[in-house]
Amino acid sequence: MDAQHLTLIYLIIAAAVATFATRVGGYVLITQLKHIPPRLEAALNAVPAAVLTTLVAPAFVYGGFDVAASMFVAFAAGLRFSTLRMLLAGWVVVMAIRHLIL
Amino acid sequence: MDRDEFRQGLRGGFPIMVAASPFGALFGALAVDNGFTIADAVFMSAMVYAGASQMVGIELFGNNVQPWLVVLSVFAVNFRHVLYSASIARHIRHFTPVQKFFAFFLLIDPQYAESERRAERGLPVSFSWYLGFGLIIYLPWLITTAIGAVFGQLIGDPRVIGIDVLLPIYFLGLVLGFRKRDRFLPVVAASAVASVAAMHFVGSPWHVSIGALAGVLLAACLPQDRQPSEMAAIEREA
Repeated sequence: MDAQHLTLIYLIIAAAVATFATRVGGYVLITQLKHIPPRLEAALNAVPAAVLTTLVAPAFVYGGFDVAASMFVAFAAGLRFSTLRMLLAGWVVVMAIRHLIL
Repeated sequence: MDRDEFRQGLRGGFPIMVAASPFGALFGALAVDNGFTIADAVFMSAMVYAGASQMVGIELFGNNVQPWLVVLSVFAVNFRHVLYSASIARHIRHFTPVQKFFAFFLLIDPQYAESERRAERGLPVSFSWYLGFGLIIYLPWLITTAIGAVFGQLIGDPRVIGIDVLLPIYFLGLVLGFRKRDRFLPVVAASAVASVAAMHFVGSPWHVSIGALAGVLLAACLPQDRQPSEMAAIEREA
């Protein structure tokens, strides 16, 4: 194994350690507390919506018309139907725009 | 191990595995393109198991960025997991230390979100369920990485077959799943505006941490009206 490949292996291990640290870090911090104050609990309750929104909003704004239209239709579908149908609806729209219209 | 719970986990994780598979293949293809061997690509998927940060990692590595900066970038992309592990602590307190080790290793976005949803519905977040949900995503992730690495060139542009919209839509579905929670709209609005602004002014991947922080801070600052909180009520019911 040459030196550059060895560097890559070490790099992957370091990235894995860094990732695991983020996945255990919050737990370690929070379990130091005996009592969770209400404002902290409100903050923790907001975590899923807050984080997941950051994976959605920029894609909608900067993704172009086809992605935005697809996500809008999927949003409407998501208010009524399951996630799998949402994915299907959004995929059909983006394929239609890319291959039939544009 | 509770077989029934394990099977429920498998069933719950299945659609996510389907949505994530093209990205596993895409990662494998890009990794080989950036100088990885097939074994390196699978090794990274197995060790890091965090799609977005793996993509960032191979991109920077391929551009000969210094190793410490690559690791720092991976850390930045995955920083949101700190919030997940703090938030999920309430639901996995009963896991043994070894179970917790595996639980944290498998703590990707859908794993976290579905665990929260399960707790919210009053269902037990058992280790059997958690492991079933995690493995049905983790093992195919390794397999699709290998397939992508072998057949990399065949996938071509993911936009042509429309798979690039699947992840944002999947995350949108998860966001909608939390719409009954207190302060849902203000939190989503704050995170949306902050992440879009951060994407423009600061750039990826910082938009994730900045946007998330905006929503979480707003939730902490808004008037705390419910006494006792819904979460405490749910915990008593369970």
